Amino acid sequence: MISHNKISVALVGNPNCGKTTIFNILTGMHQHVGNYPGVTVEKKQGICHYKDYQLEITDLPGTYSLTAYSTEEVVTRNFIIDQKPDVVVDVIDASNLERNLYLAVQMVELNVPLVLAFNMTDIALHKGLVFDLKKLAQLFNVKIVQTVGNREKGVNNLLEEVIQTSNAPAKNLSSLLKYGNEIENEIEKLQKKFDELRDNRWLVIKLLEQDIDVLEHVQNEEIIFAVMESNLRLKNIFGEEPEIIIADRRYGFISGACQEAVKMTIQSRHDHSDMIDSVVIHKVLGLPIFVVLMYIVFDLTFRIGQYPMHWLEWFFSWLADSVTHFWPAGSESILKSLLVDGIISGVGGVVSFLPNILLLFAAIAILEDSGYMARAAFVTDRFMHKIGLHGKSFIPMLIGFGCSVPAIMACRILENKRNKITTILIMPLMSCGARLTIYALLIPAFFSEKWRGPVMWLIYFIGIALAVIAAKILRITLLKGETIPYVMELPPYRRPTFTSIMIHMWERGGMYLKKAGTTILVISTILWAASKYPAPNKNELAKIDKNQKQTEILRHSIMGRAGTVIEPLLKPIGFDYKIATALIGALAAKEVFVAQMSIIYAVTEHDDISILQTKLRNDYTPLQGFCIMLFCLLSAPCLATAAVTRTETGAWKWAILQFAGLTAVAYVLTFIVYQAGRFLGL
Amino acid sequence: MIVQERFLLKDAINNSKVRLLKIEAGQALKARLAAMGLLPGVQFKIINNNHPGPFVIDVKGSRIALGRGMAGKIIVRPTETQKA
Repeated sequence: MISHNKISVALVGNPNCGKTTIFNILTGMHQHVGNYPGVTVEKKQGICHYKDYQLEITDLPGTYSLTAYSTEEVVTRNFIIDQKPDVVVDVIDASNLERNLYLAVQMVELNVPLVLAFNMTDIALHKGLVFDLKKLAQLFNVKIVQTVGNREKGVNNLLEEVIQTSNAPAKNLSSLLKYGNEIENEIEKLQKKFDELRDNRWLVIKLLEQDIDVLEHVQNEEIIFAVMESNLRLKNIFGEEPEIIIADRRYGFISGACQEAVKMTIQSRHDHSDMIDSVVIHKVLGLPIFVVLMYIVFDLTFRIGQYPMHWLEWFFSWLADSVTHFWPAGSESILKSLLVDGIISGVGGVVSFLPNILLLFAAIAILEDSGYMARAAFVTDRFMHKIGLHGKSFIPMLIGFGCSVPAIMACRILENKRNKITTILIMPLMSCGARLTIYALLIPAFFSEKWRGPVMWLIYFIGIALAVIAAKILRITLLKGETIPYVMELPPYRRPTFTSIMIHMWERGGMYLKKAGTTILVISTILWAASKYPAPNKNELAKIDKNQKQTEILRHSIMGRAGTVIEPLLKPIGFDYKIATALIGALAAKEVFVAQMSIIYAVTEHDDISILQTKLRNDYTPLQGFCIMLFCLLSAPCLATAAVTRTETGAWKWAILQFAGLTAVAYVLTFIVYQAGRFLGL
Repeated sequence: MIVQERFLLKDAINNSKVRLLKIEAGQALKARLAAMGLLPGVQFKIINNNHPGPFVIDVKGSRIALGRGMAGKIIVRPTETQKA
């Protein structure tokens, strides 16, 4: 019996089997998302109260099998082996039975307290599949419950069955499936010879399957040797790797069971999906459709997102004003400055990303839940593959033109770790919206009407070209590894549910605020302090007007001094201390560059931007102007980007590599451009 | 019509049914395909082979999309019904 009526439940199942929908129904908003230690796979847990029981439910990653070849599969099986959940629920897409039962068979072999949830039984029935559930339950020696996830049908039955199973005495299921004389002989031999294998049939089977992870954990060398011998014998008999024979036998068992217990009045699960696909992944139409949909996602994220963003900006400036009123006008209180310029503007900065992130993840949830995401990956795979990335990388990269922060978060849709990290690392090369404000200041300042367009295109193009090159280089050096050949299931199209979209948005938004938000807040407060302190002598400040005062404060601060210190370093690329100071300020956010320049030139916000542009034109050449833009495009991503890179990759080292690598590239390239330009007399 | 006994999956025509003979790939990929139901001996149908577009097959009732490179590593033969 389990004490305190607490039951731990693990949800497993194939990708697209409706597992997450069931998880959402069971746990509602009581979810917690984390990461499994050391890997980038998400760990989703939630609590469900039912009768007197408290069920702690873990939604394990969707997998087809339990091999050691994918992180998701290793995470899934290690969780079940190490955490020993009281009950494992395997969610099965009943309309795609055989493939889904493949995982179930392995769960049975793992010998865990198991309940099978036959999900989407409505679709299965509709497609003419009739199940003899009693028979199936008998054949697999497990409990089976019918559910229809998106209509919440059968969920209570499932909970009842989970509770019963958790209270039932353990039964030994592991030898349900027989692999035929040859393999069974080897299993028996190994089990007889080694004590540690006697009660663990699953382990023996995994050894025969040459499972890398299991082999690594075997201490006894004799076992490994004996397994190799067994494998050689089996290979001689079958002329094929034992693991393939084992997989074949599992499928054989399943199709045998299905022949007995499932009646098919011919299935055509894909009727409407095939029809949609004939257009959506058409060789000519596929790409344009993808481009249009991506445009809609981009537009939704940034155009609609700007309204709530304005409201938030308005709210925070109102808050700043209100707080300011607690002090007499013209007060130089440090506390006031910390509250208003440091904390309120810092929190405002963090929160201002939120509308974009929520909208983007709503769009991604719709793309994923509807089944289009798999098609999008398909359509783009042909050209993305050439640069060593997955087709799906295209989506975050596109979002990167709006803002790197949600774009890097969107890299979660990439399953392969190397792909994901590569995409995250190159993301800042997609010129974001904040950098557009820099171009908007500098291009009209230095270039005549007819050159403005081409210069702008050139900047964007340089970013994209470098991203492609960087991806290529990363994939053959640091993030080397087999580019996973493209194999993917195209799930039938389904209508996404409102709840699941909401939960998805809520999850991402919360995660951003909690994890990246705190880092961003801390660093932005530090940068604020660096731009204000140490403060210049008050008596001197009293003599000059307000604009010059700000200029003086900045020059006197750590940031201003740092600008002067690094000036010699930036001279070879054409920058002076003013630009250096503005660049340091731009670490907080790229658009701060413009604000910093205004302060340095003592131009107020109320002045026309052309005043600043005229001043810039007097001080710098167009070549220098171009070099500033180039450097802003390539160098040091903003701190928010660094913070999400750290949270999404799980390690500071990637954020540091991204920061240092891009800055180095920026320096070298700007150096070449500046020196070559000067040589040519520009 | 001359029936080729074995050919590469990438050369299969739309809506034809084939039986898998062999996959010439590494262990990892083979295991992944096996988990998705693509094993030697399995019969499946080519849904969409529009060069250079997508390559989609129907295995045990689910649609699997393959990269073209991979379709060139899978050896198949026509099923009995087609030979006749």
